[in-house]
Amino acid sequence: MSVFTTLLLRDMRLAGRSGGSAVLALSFFALVATLVPLGVGANLNLLSRVAGGVLWVGAVLAALLSLDRLFQGDFEDGSLDVIALSPLTLELTALAKICAHWLSTGLPLTLLSPLLALLFNLPGTATGVLFISLLIGTPAVSAIGAIGASLTLSLKRGGLILPLIILPLLSPSVIFGAGAVSAALDGLSPGSALGLLAAFATASVLLSPFAAAACVRLNLSS
Amino acid sequence: MNFLFRYANPHEFMRLSGIILPFIAIATALCFAIGLYLGFSVPPDYQQGTTVTLMFIHVPADVVAEFAYGAIAVCSLLSLVWRHPLADTAARAAAPFGALFTALAIITGALWGKPMWGTYWVWDARLTSFLLLLFLYLGYMALWNAIEDETRAARACAILALIGLADIPIIKFSVDWWNTLHQGESIMSGKIAPVYLVPLLIMMLGYVLLFATLWMVRIRTAILERRARNLMREAV
Amino acid sequence: MMISSLTAEKLACVRGDRALFDGLNFHVTAGQALAVEGANGAGKTSLLRLIAGFLAPAKGRILVKTGQGESDDAEERGRLVGWLGHLDGLKPQMTALEQLLFYARLHAVAEADLPALLAEVGLARQAELPCRYLSAGQKRRLALARLLASRRPLWLLDEPFAALDASGQNLMALAMASHCGEGGIVIAATHDPLGLCNESLKL
Repeated sequence: MSVFTTLLLRDMRLAGRSGGSAVLALSFFALVATLVPLGVGANLNLLSRVAGGVLWVGAVLAALLSLDRLFQGDFEDGSLDVIALSPLTLELTALAKICAHWLSTGLPLTLLSPLLALLFNLPGTATGVLFISLLIGTPAVSAIGAIGASLTLSLKRGGLILPLIILPLLSPSVIFGAGAVSAALDGLSPGSALGLLAAFATASVLLSPFAAAACVRLNLSS
Repeated sequence: MNFLFRYANPHEFMRLSGIILPFIAIATALCFAIGLYLGFSVPPDYQQGTTVTLMFIHVPADVVAEFAYGAIAVCSLLSLVWRHPLADTAARAAAPFGALFTALAIITGALWGKPMWGTYWVWDARLTSFLLLLFLYLGYMALWNAIEDETRAARACAILALIGLADIPIIKFSVDWWNTLHQGESIMSGKIAPVYLVPLLIMMLGYVLLFATLWMVRIRTAILERRARNLMREAV
Repeated sequence: MMISSLTAEKLACVRGDRALFDGLNFHVTAGQALAVEGANGAGKTSLLRLIAGFLAPAKGRILVKTGQGESDDAEERGRLVGWLGHLDGLKPQMTALEQLLFYARLHAVAEADLPALLAEVGLARQAELPCRYLSAGQKRRLALARLLASRRPLWLLDEPFAALDASGQNLMALAMASHCGEGGIVIAATHDPLGLCNESLKL
C-alpha cells in the first residue's frame, strides 16, 4: 500500500468514526433543500428554476462544514509533525487530504443530489446534469477549501473565517455548475458550462496542494 | 539582542514619505477640485442626462478598487519572496482602503444605474464582480485580524492575496459568462465622448493620488504604532 | 539510511522578535546521545524543530553526513528524523495497533512484527484499545513504539521522560541506549535523569 493511500484511507476512516462527517454534511444538505421551498413557497415551476442554484449552494455549504478540521486535527495533536517528516511531501499530503475530504463529503453529497432534485421538481435531464456538475465541481470545493483550511489552521474559531475566505474564490464553480443545470432546463446544451467547470476543477485540484502545503509549512514553523 | 536592521528600512520610508506626503496631498486636492468642476460643467449626455456626472465618481472608484488589490498582491509577492519587512505593513494598510473604494464603486454604480434600469441593483456583471471583490477584501482583513502571530499572519495573508489575484480573472470571466446567460445590461457602453475624457482622467488621477495619500499615512501610522509598542516592551 | 554525524555551525534562532540563541555550535557522531538543557523558553523545542527542518535558522546551518555524502538541506534531513515531540501524535479514535500500523505504512517500513513491538513497550494488552482510553504514560509508550517502528537514524526527543513512570523511563532509556548502540544519533531536550547522554548542551 502506498504512503499516499495510507494517509487517504486513514483520513477517511477518521472522518467515518468521528460522528460521521458524511452524515452531518448530508443532513445539512437535505435541510437546506427543505428550508428553501419553505421560504419561497411550493410553486413547482419556480422551484425547478432555482433548483440548480439552491442545490449547488447547499452542497458547497455542506462541504464546508468539515473543512476547518482538515489539517487542524493533525496539527493540534502532533500528528502533522510526524506526517511532515514522512516520505510523503507536504504537497502530496495535502492532495491526499483533499481526496479524502471529497470521498467522504463531496461524493456523498453528489449521490444524494438526485433525491433532493426530486423535491424541486427538476426534470430528468436537468437532474442528470446537476449530478454530473456536482461530481465534477465538488472536488474544486474540497481543493480550494483545503487552502482555506491550511490558512486558518492555527485559529481556534477558524471555522467562522474559512467560509468568508473561500466562498468568493469558489464562486466560479457555483456559477458554472448551476449554469449547466439552467442550460439543461432551457433545453440548451450544458456542454460549455460543464467544460468550464471541469477546467476550473482540474486547475483547482492541481494547484491547491501547492498553496495548502505552503501554508502548512508556514504553520509548522511556529 | 536588538535587530536594528528592522528599523532601518522603515526609517528611510518615514523620512521619504514625510517629504513626499504634503505634495501628494496637495496634488490630490487639486485634481479633485479641477476634476469635479469640469465634471459638473460638462454638457449632459443625450442618453443619461445629468446623472452622467456620477460616472466621474464611479469609474475612478472602480479603477482604484482594482488597483488597490494589485498593490496588495505586489506587496505580498515582495513579502514572500524577498522578505521585505515593510511589504507586510504596506499590504495590510492598503486593504481597508481597497474595501472602501470597492464599496464606493458598488454604491455609486447602483446610483448611476437606477435612472437607466429603474432599480438600484440588476446584477450587472461589473457590479457583481465588484461585490465579490469586496468579499475578497473582507476575507483578507479578517485573516489578518484573526491570526495572532504577526509574522505568520503576514505570510498567510500574502498567500491568500496571491491566490485571490490568480482567481480574480476567473471570477470576472465566470460572472461575465453568467451575465450573458441572463442578458443583463451594463452601465458602461463602449466609447466615451472626448469632452468627458479629460475630467474623467483628472478624476482618476485624483482618486489614485487620494489612495496613495491615505495609504502612505496609514503605513506611517503603523510604523509609529510598532515603534511605540517596542518602546513600551523595552521599558518594562 | 545510516547517519554518520550531525554538525551545527553558528546556529541562530529567532522567534517573533526574540533571539533565542546565536552562534550555537555542536557536533554529534553516530552512536552518541546529546542532551539539550535549559530553562523553559530557552529554545530547546525550537532547536529540535530547527534540526527537524520545520524551522529555518536565522543564521548558520546544520550539516548532516550520511553514506551518500554531506548535505545541509532541511527536507533531506527531515527524512532521517524520528520525532518524539511534546505531543504524542495519536488519534483518540484509532486503536493502538491501528495507529502503529498507520505510522509503519506511512514511513514505508515492514509491518510484520508490530504486535511484538507493542509487547516490547508494555502495551500488548492494549493493542485493540482506542487511544482515548490510554493513560498519558501509555500514550507516551505508544509514541515510543511509533518511533521504534519508523526506523529513522536521527532521533529528536522533546522531554522524552515526561509522563512516564519509573519502568517507562527505564524503557525509554533502554531504547535510547540501544538506538545509539546500533549507530543512531539521539538529541534529546531533557535534564537527563538517567545520565546516559554523552554530551550536554546548555541553552
